[in-house]
Amino acid sequence: MIDLSTTLGNAWFPSPLFTASGCASSGKELAQFIDLREIGAVVTKSVMSKPRHGRATPRMAETPSGMINSIGLQGPGIDQFLANDLPWLVSQKARVIVSIAGETVEEYATLARKVRSAPGISALEVNISCPNVENRGLVFACDPEASRRVIDGVRKTLGGELPIIAKLSPDVTDLVSIAKGVVDAGADGLALINTVLSMVINLDTMRPHLGGKTGGLSGPAIRPIAVRAIYQVHAALPNIPILGMGGVSTGRDALELILAGAKGISVGTASFGDPAAIITIQNELKELLKVRGFTSVAQAVGYAHRPDEENTH
Amino acid sequence: MSPINKASGRIIATVVSNKRVGQYHQILLNVGEMVNSCKPGNFVAIKVGGENSRMILRRAFAISRVSLTGPYGGSMELIAAPFGQGSKWLCSQVEGAQIDLIAPLGTAFGIPTEPVRALLVGGGYGSAPLFGLAEVLKNRGCRVDMYLGASTGGKIYAPMEGKRSVNVLRIYTEDGSMGERGRVTEPIPGLIKDGLVDVIYSCGPMPMLRAISDIVAGSDVVHQCAVEESMACGVGICMTCVLPVSDSEGNVSMKRSCVDGPVMDGSTVMWDLVGRVPEVHS
Repeated sequence: MIDLSTTLGNAWFPSPLFTASGCASSGKELAQFIDLREIGAVVTKSVMSKPRHGRATPRMAETPSGMINSIGLQGPGIDQFLANDLPWLVSQKARVIVSIAGETVEEYATLARKVRSAPGISALEVNISCPNVENRGLVFACDPEASRRVIDGVRKTLGGELPIIAKLSPDVTDLVSIAKGVVDAGADGLALINTVLSMVINLDTMRPHLGGKTGGLSGPAIRPIAVRAIYQVHAALPNIPILGMGGVSTGRDALELILAGAKGISVGTASFGDPAAIITIQNELKELLKVRGFTSVAQAVGYAHRPDEENTH
Repeated sequence: MSPINKASGRIIATVVSNKRVGQYHQILLNVGEMVNSCKPGNFVAIKVGGENSRMILRRAFAISRVSLTGPYGGSMELIAAPFGQGSKWLCSQVEGAQIDLIAPLGTAFGIPTEPVRALLVGGGYGSAPLFGLAEVLKNRGCRVDMYLGASTGGKIYAPMEGKRSVNVLRIYTEDGSMGERGRVTEPIPGLIKDGLVDVIYSCGPMPMLRAISDIVAGSDVVHQCAVEESMACGVGICMTCVLPVSDSEGNVSMKRSCVDGPVMDGSTVMWDLVGRVPEVHS
């Protein structure tokens, strides 16, 4: 038997496989293909305080082993989310990590206050790294001081119970210093990585293809960036749980991110190609752990960091 | 927001035949009992490129027709144009090939309970789902006229066997190489004025759908159109295939063409806002 259970802060999950924020809507559609109770948790699409249309179409371009999206946080707003989407997930007995996104430090705090009183949430993801905002200055995760202020505001509003997971961007020079900043400000865990800022130019129009011009690259194309980011941050902050993501499409990929230091794995773009991918990945991961002699996920977390002489576990 | 099509599921289907029809491929798949839940207007999402492909997203194809009975049991017909990398791959699949597909997806064309005079308008190979629709309407006692248009004759998809369920089939090409010269939308105002049509069903390029919506505006004619926006997932989770749609109170929201469509009431689509962002309402 392989113990697949994992923890992020004080939240316990029976499996290390999670949906990725923005890649599962609010869970209803995936429930047609998988049993939501079988995965670690549903990480919901980042919700803002007001309803939002998002960006203009085209919002998507496929790229080699990846895709670029430019959704721009379309969503119902926090009040509708808490009234409709969250109760449905709770009624399905799914574990839920709610993801929030704001345009100001105050908006994040307001969202945290509303989420605080909602039942059935395992953790709060604070998305400070969505690349699809009009003003790049609003990508808090590119600025150590702004990142810190957002997390500090959320922590103060939320109180001490619910774990806070700060979602960071790989589009920075010194990811470790930003990670340390948000942990100092009260983040219990880190979600690594958000999509990578990118662009496709359409050769028919000879202009940027996406309505929002730039977008976020996801899929297997960015997996090595995720592995690097998780490895670097785990080396610097070995006790901080990491929810790893970035192009995971097989059990092999999930194990790679776990070895780099992730305690949980989010599956995003792979669900677009196969809505049941997360279950397949979970089964493959279990088998790969067994073959390598691990009896739990926990044993494998960060195993790639072991000293040179140590080769048994 | 609409829920995902409750009948949808993922299967491995076998290619029964793959025939060239003009510029297009007519691909027949053995899908077994899935045909029972497929309705005209539904689509399939197909995994392309085989294993280790660098194409990670499924491709959406309208279901042209389904057949319950046949030498191979339940079968589904798709029409594909080998233009993009994904559809080229599908068009290269030979008899016996295994295809990973999710279906049926999306909303279907609404079928009237009373016999009506229906006009089916197709642009290019957008005509594909109209032949299956024509059969269903004909069986309901509807009068079914079909007008197909394209820039040139090679882009018209109109198989011989598809014509059986149609009272009148007219073809329009912009270069006059097949049928009448002109656009397929040109005769529609006259038909509406003369009271010869109750419901228009359309499928094809977005400018054609928009033109028909403009023509029927202010009349009693109902316009059901199958929209087309590029989608990453086809199952309602990626939020890429959205269109601005107005509700009965005039509130505009971005609806997913994969689950809230592809069939939409043309009068609710805010055509002038497609490709733009509506004003934010709170």
